[in-house]
Amino acid sequence: MAAVSTLATVSALLKLMFIPTYRSTDFEVHRNWLAITHSLPISKWYVEKTSEWTLDYPPLFAWFEWLMSQVACYVDPGMLLVSNLNYASNATVIFQRVSVILTDFVFYYAINEFQKLQLFEANTKYGKSYNAITYLIPILLIFNIGLFIVDHIHFQYNGILFGVMLLSIVRILQDKSLEGAFWFSVLLNMKHIYIYIAPPYFVYLLRTYCFQRDRPVSFSTFSKTNFVNLASVVLVVFGLSFGPFVYHHQLGQVMSRLFPFKRGLVHAYWAPNVWALYNGVDKFLTVLGLKTCLLQAEAVPAASMTGGMVQEYSHVVLPSIAPLVTMILTALGMVPALYMLWELKSPLAFVRAIILCAFTSFLFGWHVHEKAILMIIIPLTLLVKYSREDAKLFLILSTTGYFSLFPLLFTPFENLLKVLLFLQATIFSFLAIKSLFSDKVKETSSPTAFLAQSLDTLRLPLLSLVESAYLWGLAALGIFNSGLPLRLFGSDLFTRLPFLPLLLTSVYCAVGVVYCWLQFYRLFLCEKFCPKNHDDTNSLTAEDSATFISRKKRR
Amino acid sequence: MASKSTSSRFSPEFYPQLLLIVLVAMSFRVSLSMWGHSGEGKPPMHGDFEAQRHWMEITSNLPAKQWYVHGPKNDLQYWGLDYPPLTAYHMMAAGMIAKKVNPDLVELGTSHGIEKPDVKFFMRASVLVMDILLFLPAAIAYFIFSRPQKTDESIILNSIMVFTAYPGIMLIDNGHFQYNNVSLGLMVLATLALSFTYDLLAAILFCMSLNYKQMELYHALPFFGYLLGRCIKSGVFRGIYKLASLGMIVIATFAIIWSPFLSSVESAKAVIQRLFPFNRGLYEDKVANFWCSVSPLIKFKDIIAPQDMAKICMLVTSICTLPSFIDLLRKPTMKKFHYASINISLIFFLFSFHVHEKSILIAAIPVCLVVDKDPLAVVWFLLISVFSMVPLLMKDGLLIPTTVAVSIFWMSSDYFVRPTLNQPAQVVYTMQVSLLGGVCLVLATRFIPAPQRFPDLFQLLIAIYSCAHFFIFAFYFHLKQLGGIYEQVLWKFLEGSKGTVSQKKSFDASSVNVDKNLATNRASSRSLRQRR
Repeated sequence: MAAVSTLATVSALLKLMFIPTYRSTDFEVHRNWLAITHSLPISKWYVEKTSEWTLDYPPLFAWFEWLMSQVACYVDPGMLLVSNLNYASNATVIFQRVSVILTDFVFYYAINEFQKLQLFEANTKYGKSYNAITYLIPILLIFNIGLFIVDHIHFQYNGILFGVMLLSIVRILQDKSLEGAFWFSVLLNMKHIYIYIAPPYFVYLLRTYCFQRDRPVSFSTFSKTNFVNLASVVLVVFGLSFGPFVYHHQLGQVMSRLFPFKRGLVHAYWAPNVWALYNGVDKFLTVLGLKTCLLQAEAVPAASMTGGMVQEYSHVVLPSIAPLVTMILTALGMVPALYMLWELKSPLAFVRAIILCAFTSFLFGWHVHEKAILMIIIPLTLLVKYSREDAKLFLILSTTGYFSLFPLLFTPFENLLKVLLFLQATIFSFLAIKSLFSDKVKETSSPTAFLAQSLDTLRLPLLSLVESAYLWGLAALGIFNSGLPLRLFGSDLFTRLPFLPLLLTSVYCAVGVVYCWLQFYRLFLCEKFCPKNHDDTNSLTAEDSATFISRKKRR
Repeated sequence: MASKSTSSRFSPEFYPQLLLIVLVAMSFRVSLSMWGHSGEGKPPMHGDFEAQRHWMEITSNLPAKQWYVHGPKNDLQYWGLDYPPLTAYHMMAAGMIAKKVNPDLVELGTSHGIEKPDVKFFMRASVLVMDILLFLPAAIAYFIFSRPQKTDESIILNSIMVFTAYPGIMLIDNGHFQYNNVSLGLMVLATLALSFTYDLLAAILFCMSLNYKQMELYHALPFFGYLLGRCIKSGVFRGIYKLASLGMIVIATFAIIWSPFLSSVESAKAVIQRLFPFNRGLYEDKVANFWCSVSPLIKFKDIIAPQDMAKICMLVTSICTLPSFIDLLRKPTMKKFHYASINISLIFFLFSFHVHEKSILIAAIPVCLVVDKDPLAVVWFLLISVFSMVPLLMKDGLLIPTTVAVSIFWMSSDYFVRPTLNQPAQVVYTMQVSLLGGVCLVLATRFIPAPQRFPDLFQLLIAIYSCAHFFIFAFYFHLKQLGGIYEQVLWKFLEGSKGTVSQKKSFDASSVNVDKNLATNRASSRSLRQRR
């Protein structure tokens, strides 16, 4: 597995290049947490509020910060003072940047473990670039530009978190259920947003570990020992994490930090989900109403038209959404996937269910961040080699998802960099995946008309004409959002409506994300209800996954 | 860029892959741009960054007559313009754009030492623009069009990759801050024109390169020798006609570029005096050339006056360039031209007067151009060339990007052009030991405090270490150029006692065969990897 470590080294080296790039306030957030965990007793961690960036991740992440602070005090003690707000000496910047790069090695380890499994690989003839195909999934994960942008430029620690997540998935795929459950509990106690993908773990472990996988569900096949083992692993992790705060009678305080309900339906920049579409429709109807005089100008809140991207977006035409509604919709969206998982109980279904739960919560959740798209893209990467359909959805979703991260960076150099990184990732993914499924690319119909032919050259590999047009639309939108075309025509549209590019980006990307969600659901449901439909793709059928399981049993 | 006839030459995957290489190269350059530049936060003189910005200020605000002359508005003591007119025009164009975008940047007199994020972005972007418009296209065009039609496209792509990933030029241009990509890009284009036998075009391009940076004189002899050799080869009448037309075109190019300064003898002389300052030192800082490396033994700088030293340098340099030059004159082939341009620029670097450590780039770019012919020597040389500039790069705070760029270049060239494939074992070992020595020296420079008596100890050691390598490389490339019996002696020596390697025969064959050989090498290595 030398190749994965080489790729990891190259990636880590490249990330060093981003040390002087723009840092968001998250940099100060994490510096503050270093200071809090290092200089205050545990009982103060979730009470301290000198900085506005209070500790709002679960306790194990705080311990993770504490661990790093033990090294940080040798680098620059200045960063460990709680009162040292916005402290960013050279040593501090290098320390924090390098800490992200080094903790990413957890991610690389998990990727290596996954690669060793050689799971989810369709029987395709490999194209010319043999190595790039063998290591396609490691390459796509290790050089995931979403993580580059969010972790290494914008600044966060998603690398290690996704590493733990991937590790828990891999352990469960290896039939090491207890270990998988342990890592997932750790993950939940590092960042609670991963609770969105907890249901598939629960269902899958219940069905295959507590009940016996190969036998029908009944009281007699329920293994009480397994259940107790599982429950105790989870409870021990949670106990270690939250126990000290229960002891200090601070559980309520910790919870109020972890789940702040004062936030709005959407983040300042709308994540490309259903609510972005909903708000977009609301905006559109408002403008329409004003134009046709069905709506009085006084009835429209001022911020709604000028700013438009404030934290609390108040709807004008459509009814406002309560948190409960989003929760019910999210739960409803997950139910079919969980039912399928219960029925299919295969490793493939497990991964699919995780992707769908992440998808559903991204689309319907309350106050979703645009960065959460990585929670879908990263597990979806694992299925890239499985079938043409999965690969296609990966291409659409990753392209759209990375594009939707663009508003995170807005300084001149970073603007250039994000476009270059995006183009690189897109071209590489299309090239590699095209050669992976190259034997299927040749279509039977050969267009003769000039228009059809020229349209066909614009068609992207694996994608239909409409899907290609949608992705080309991203390019057009990117050019429009850069402001150059408007400046050529002397329009001041963007100065009057500074949030228009953001609105367009999130609404346009939302269309693609919702489309991928529907398609992915169809793919999953088809596995049970219409297996014949898969004849033209080279995916493994249900039998194949069954043989995989029995093969593993024999081992 | 691709003409109709070549569009069918490559598979449909070729162009996306090419685009990918360009994107990787550009994104590396962009992220490098965010690091420090020469003289950042070091008033009052700052560094090359400020020099270039100052030239933009001078050229866009003053008439051409005053550019090279000391005057009330043009203090030549503060980074006076000392590059040829084409640089001045380039700076003027950039300054004109800056006036539109960001007038503070070129405000006459008041903008000295200006350091603001948008200034940095403008300056950095101006280098990136030249990369994307001139340097990278030149390299791509060179490797696509100067290689035979049958060449395996993976060889072309890998060569382009090594060229675009060469850390030396990006660390100096996008890091330290200079526009070597313009002069060297023009030089690559001139080489490409030669390989098409468009001699007049080559002459024009080379004159432009020379008029962008006078350091391109390092390449003047190979161009002159090759073109003269071709004139001699084509008979008396055709030869004289060719020579006359070449002379005319060179004079015309110079006349056009120098036209604002030709109104009087004084104004032309003023420019020339700025371009060739013989009152400067023998070398700048610690340079990996002969004079600096022997300085622990003989301090030429102290015993001989600069004017005399300049003459000595000129004499030694011209004697040492003779073997390569005469050989090229006798047999003006492209292969000989490539090696001659390496050899002569290397000799200039080693022996000429007032050499900067950056000047090794002038030898490194012709070396890049033969990467598919001789990967081991090329990769080795390129790594050492970056190593020789490490003290300079450290001064600019570029040690981390240098480490990153060199490691990635090393790893990727090892993977893509496989320099050690089919090479005698002891050569590979020697290379590894030599590079390891370089790494150790860099680590020592960074982490071991130099003794009080010799504050520049490690810098000098790096210079001497690199200089020794450059001498060996110069010797090696000379043997490669001379070919025939010399090359056989070389291989005898390299193979030594450790048995022979069958592949070596190909080195006597023409370049086409070498290419074919490389293709089969690649194929076999690929199948080897597949089997693994």
